[in-house]
Amino acid sequence: AGEGSGPVPGDGTGPPAPEQVLFPPTFSVSEIKNKQRRHFMFLRWKQQQRKEKLALKKKRKKEREALGDKAPPKAVPKTIENQRVYDETTVDPNDEEVAFDEATDEFAPYFNRQTVPKILITTSDRPRGRTVRFCEQLATVIPNSHVYYRRGLALKRIIPQCIARDFTDLIVINEDRKIPNGLVLSHLPDGPTAHFRMSSVRLRKEIKRKGKEPTVHVPEVILNNFTTRLGHSIGRMFAALFPHDPQFIGRQVATFHNQRDYIFFRFHRYIFKSEKKVGIQELGPRFTLKLRSLQKGTFDSKFGEYEWIHKRREMDTSRRKFHL
Amino acid sequence: SPQVVWSMLGNRQFCSYKMTTKTQNFCRNEYNLTGLCNRSSCPLANSQYATVREEKGRCYLYMKTIERAAFPRRLWERVLLSKNYEKALEEIDENLIYWPRFIRHKCKQRFTKITQYLIRIRKLTLKRQRKLVPLRRKIERRENRREEKALIAAQLDNAIEKELLERLKQDTYGDIYNFPIHAFDKALQQQDAESESESDAEREEEDDDEDVDKREFVEAEDSELSDFEDMDKLETSSEEEQEEEEEVEKKVSHSKSKGKTPLKGPARRKRPYIEIEYEEETEPSTKTKAA
Repeated sequence: AGEGSGPVPGDGTGPPAPEQVLFPPTFSVSEIKNKQRRHFMFLRWKQQQRKEKLALKKKRKKEREALGDKAPPKAVPKTIENQRVYDETTVDPNDEEVAFDEATDEFAPYFNRQTVPKILITTSDRPRGRTVRFCEQLATVIPNSHVYYRRGLALKRIIPQCIARDFTDLIVINEDRKIPNGLVLSHLPDGPTAHFRMSSVRLRKEIKRKGKEPTVHVPEVILNNFTTRLGHSIGRMFAALFPHDPQFIGRQVATFHNQRDYIFFRFHRYIFKSEKKVGIQELGPRFTLKLRSLQKGTFDSKFGEYEWIHKRREMDTSRRKFHL
Repeated sequence: SPQVVWSMLGNRQFCSYKMTTKTQNFCRNEYNLTGLCNRSSCPLANSQYATVREEKGRCYLYMKTIERAAFPRRLWERVLLSKNYEKALEEIDENLIYWPRFIRHKCKQRFTKITQYLIRIRKLTLKRQRKLVPLRRKIERRENRREEKALIAAQLDNAIEKELLERLKQDTYGDIYNFPIHAFDKALQQQDAESESESDAEREEEDDDEDVDKREFVEAEDSELSDFEDMDKLETSSEEEQEEEEEVEKKVSHSKSKGKTPLKGPARRKRPYIEIEYEEETEPSTKTKAA
């Protein structure tokens, strides 16, 4: 043990041939007090690790080739989606209780085709240019929607007026420092209210390789990955914004894609080049939403009954747990 | 005496209430009438002084006289002013009768200002208050990072394309798009029903012979459609949409034979790139050679 630790460990600048140096078995790189030497030893250790890993990979590959057909199938890499903590509220497609709930909830009249969606889009007080333009573009994307300026009106007073004029949905885009950063989506005849945090808003002119303006045809709707009960109800909220019968002539599709609790909205025009290939071209604005809270009645921050609130301390503890 | 006080505090020595700035001197004393540090506005250097101050929305008139200079506890006399603006002004006048004009005037001015800002406070509290929620930097950064990663994991374009193709397969688009695979399925179904199949086969073989040239031409066009410029041209009017559908249908009729011979289909599709020039009847022979 003595002879090994005699010559100074971390001899990078000194004589070569570090292989001759032997370290005591309980030695670890982190115990060296000198930062430069410690850093050097650490780099060397890292290089060694990498070499070993590479050698291992090569060996495995050779074995695989040697086995040929009999090789075991390639292991599936772990992804966050694979490792997702199983959520007990995941909806089973054949679940009767869910089907019954959905037949009797606030969206039933929409899905039974009794109501035609009519949407009111507005902003918070004094919107800046970007938000105004975003609202206009959103209005072109969602058919049968109207944009009104807020002018300091209280939401609680707007809502009865909207209901009187037959609006089915209310969208409020909240603005902060000249960019839109929040979205409140409220289904009107006392439907649920969802509050989202909005990010990465791109207006039409900021999207690269975009097509022309969206036409007035009713687009199709794609809702991806809404698996849990909560996700299901949010998905239905989004679906209720668009009229029931899409006009396929328009070849436009609005997509709400949920991935790890982030809902990405895109608006595309598609064309089928053949039966196995489709080309899509992005028009229209894009943004991402993250659900913050879901409230049972219409917008009421003080006395509302919250069905779901994002509580950071409790819900953000695991990286593999998602709620939508 | 007040003159001595002023000559000490005002000019030469230190006054803890005095705040100097580049252009002006301010007085931080709570009983000061104007807020500036002047000979006439200093509550310490004037033995007869008055101010108007408000507490919890009510205005009071504070007065200081020489008689009470020896009793600091009773120095400032306080009078509640009425809520009515005019009445309060009269009260100020009443209480400060025979006082110097400057103090009376300034008191009334101060009282006016105070009432104005009280009115504004009351109006604002009735309107909606904007609630400022502080952002937590670490959390914002974490969420942005996670959003980026989720975006990459989502592979949106692929997902949308897959979904659209699924819908095409499940026939949600009905008769708008007629593609070979549909023709093939239909042909398969027809083949199951025995009687119809043979006649169909004959018909389609005839088509096969007649439309050799056109088929090759059509396939060359197909690759051009992938340009987005064409898509834009197609979008502009419904008439052009119909034209496009007609073209598609033509392709369908020509390529129905492909449905019959699926193995040859993909192999033949590669042809145009090599054999665009050859559009003559010598084709069948070249087919066999290549095969």
